[in-house]
Amino acid sequence: MTAEEDQTSEEDSQPGSQSSAPSALLPSGASVGEVPGPAGEAPKLPGAHECIIEVQSLGKSYGSIIALRDVSTTVKAGEVTCILGDNGAGKSTLIKILAGVHESSEGVFKVDGIVRRMGGPRDALALGIATVYQDLAVVPLMPIWRNFFLGSEPTRGRGPSRRLDSAVMKRITRSELLKMGIDLRDVDQPIGTLSGGERQSVAIARAVYFGARVLILDEPTAALGVKQAGIVLRYIAQARDRGLGVVFITHNPHHAYPVGDRFLVLKRGRSLGESEKKDITIEQLTTLMAGGDELDALAQELRRA
Amino acid sequence: MPAAAATADERLATTSWPARMMRRPEVGAAVAAFIIFVFFSTTTDAFLTVGGASTWLESSAQFGIMAVAVALLMIGGEFDLSAGAMVGTTGLIVGVLATRLAVNIWVAVLVALVAAALIGMLNGWLVVRTRLPSFIVTLGTFFVLQGINLAGTKLVTGQVSVQGFSSVAGFYNARWVFGSSTQFGGFTLQISVMWWLLFTAVATWVLLRTRPGNWIFAIGGDENSARQVGVPVTRTKIGLFMTTALAAWLVGMLQLFKTSTVQASTGVGQEFIYIICAVVGGCLLTGGYGSAIGAALGALIYGMTLQGIVFAQWDNNWLKAFLGVMLLGAVLVNNWIRQHAEVRK
Ligand SMILES: Nc1ncnc2c1ncn2[C@@H]1O[C@H](COP(=O)(O)OP(=O)(O)O)[C@@H](O)[C@H]1O
Ligand SMILES: [Mg+2]
Repeated sequence: MTAEEDQTSEEDSQPGSQSSAPSALLPSGASVGEVPGPAGEAPKLPGAHECIIEVQSLGKSYGSIIALRDVSTTVKAGEVTCILGDNGAGKSTLIKILAGVHESSEGVFKVDGIVRRMGGPRDALALGIATVYQDLAVVPLMPIWRNFFLGSEPTRGRGPSRRLDSAVMKRITRSELLKMGIDLRDVDQPIGTLSGGERQSVAIARAVYFGARVLILDEPTAALGVKQAGIVLRYIAQARDRGLGVVFITHNPHHAYPVGDRFLVLKRGRSLGESEKKDITIEQLTTLMAGGDELDALAQELRRA
Repeated sequence: MPAAAATADERLATTSWPARMMRRPEVGAAVAAFIIFVFFSTTTDAFLTVGGASTWLESSAQFGIMAVAVALLMIGGEFDLSAGAMVGTTGLIVGVLATRLAVNIWVAVLVALVAAALIGMLNGWLVVRTRLPSFIVTLGTFFVLQGINLAGTKLVTGQVSVQGFSSVAGFYNARWVFGSSTQFGGFTLQISVMWWLLFTAVATWVLLRTRPGNWIFAIGGDENSARQVGVPVTRTKIGLFMTTALAAWLVGMLQLFKTSTVQASTGVGQEFIYIICAVVGGCLLTGGYGSAIGAALGALIYGMTLQGIVFAQWDNNWLKAFLGVMLLGAVLVNNWIRQHAEVRK
């Protein structure tokens, strides 16, 4: 086995061309050939508001635990689908199915209108579905530019002289982050020295650069303060404006409402319904999330106290 | 945006050249090596002579090759306690094949190489497969190898060493590669020193300039993250264990052809010295941070002290005490560096 097979032979890609999401920039191993089904075509960037992911009646059980039951939603290009719900509602389970980590026990999972069965995260990546997990998949002690390209490093030279193209790596890292509005003093510093919001943004910028069409973010704002959360929300909006479909998981309606186009509320593994933004107000969303009656009861109780 | 560019430049200037230097893991080892060099140069007569320098360089070289390999492994987040015993195993394989079974010396050397590669692969495979700490897995391999080295040698030779290499055909040819030396005036440059420098240079290149090097830092720093972004974790880890095994083979050959004899106990007990050299050279015990040059400097410190104590005619056992102090000091310094590199929110 050699390092050859993981190679992306990507020389000096032009910063600024990423909005067209060239498939050559997909991470290593994301070869389309691995995707089961009638695939084989490179992921294309759909027009705005075109449906990329469509799931119908998804269900997932872990042994006897039913974590998800009869959930349907869509993810469209240039739109943000928010998945809301309390702890244990099944949000992570749902996005793990979308990301190819788990297979659904029931239901239909379509990408670009074609029914897919994901064999793993790499299959999802090959279809342009990238996930930024809560732990961000960064290595704290490594410099930002090495983290940015980790697993898909561009190289130059042949044979024994083949080496990381560090000049290009640093330049692209810098310009990609600048595009997201992050102006870093030094891409050589360990990524662990960045703030939580900045690290989140680097992870998002990385997914966008490597040709994601759909960006799945698992509670990106959960651990952040108000200001940092605001920064991340701005990047979500930016990714959306660049034509990506975004799946934004949160338990905070105040984070979801300003950027979301569509809201799916989960409770105990079931869908409480999906609404377009025009059909719902933030108050209704909050009430729905808290389980309506329960919140009214709580309001009553608090008022009396 | 001229304003943004100006601020960026201004902030860049704060990471000055000395600050960048201080970020390197091997800085501490370089300073310590310099101090020890000056100390023995001034307190003993023999240390700074050409003969003296030949001695401590050679002594550093064999530890250095192993320390560099072990450093790569430690940066990748693993340990290999079988590395020392494996030095003995490779030498004994050559010894038994060449002197008892009349196998061609080059073939014997090659067989030992393949054996080392397989043992390394087995170590790596066991660690990856069982997900057990490599500390335990390679402790097992260590005992197995130690047992085979001793019992096997006794079984074949009736002694605890293999001798009689001078009558082996082609021995002196192979010696040119593994056991020769060159004279410059009074200075004897052992070929092991050249191997050490070469190995350190290649390891540094791989670590800092290639994709596998990037992966080594990543799997040692955060294995899960590395896996999520598509780093071939299994392959990289097995490769690291094989590299350590190949270094053990190289050192086994260097020792065999230098001394024309192999003891069954060769290498046993040295595995910790390799680890100490790597740690003194800036490797974190927790993985993800370190340097090959640092490990080479750690070995240089060890080699200089080993010989310096002899030149100073002190009791040899002071070396152990010194080693302990160096290790504790290095761990404290490394920890401090790590905290400053990682925590800042
Ligand atoms: N791997 C698993 N094995 C068994 N149960 C699980 C597993 N993952 C999640 N669950 C259960 O499924 C339910 C939904 O969990 P999850 O999707 O993580 O919720 P959320 O992300 O909304 O907090 C919970 O009851 C959780 O305990
Ligand atoms: Mg969750």
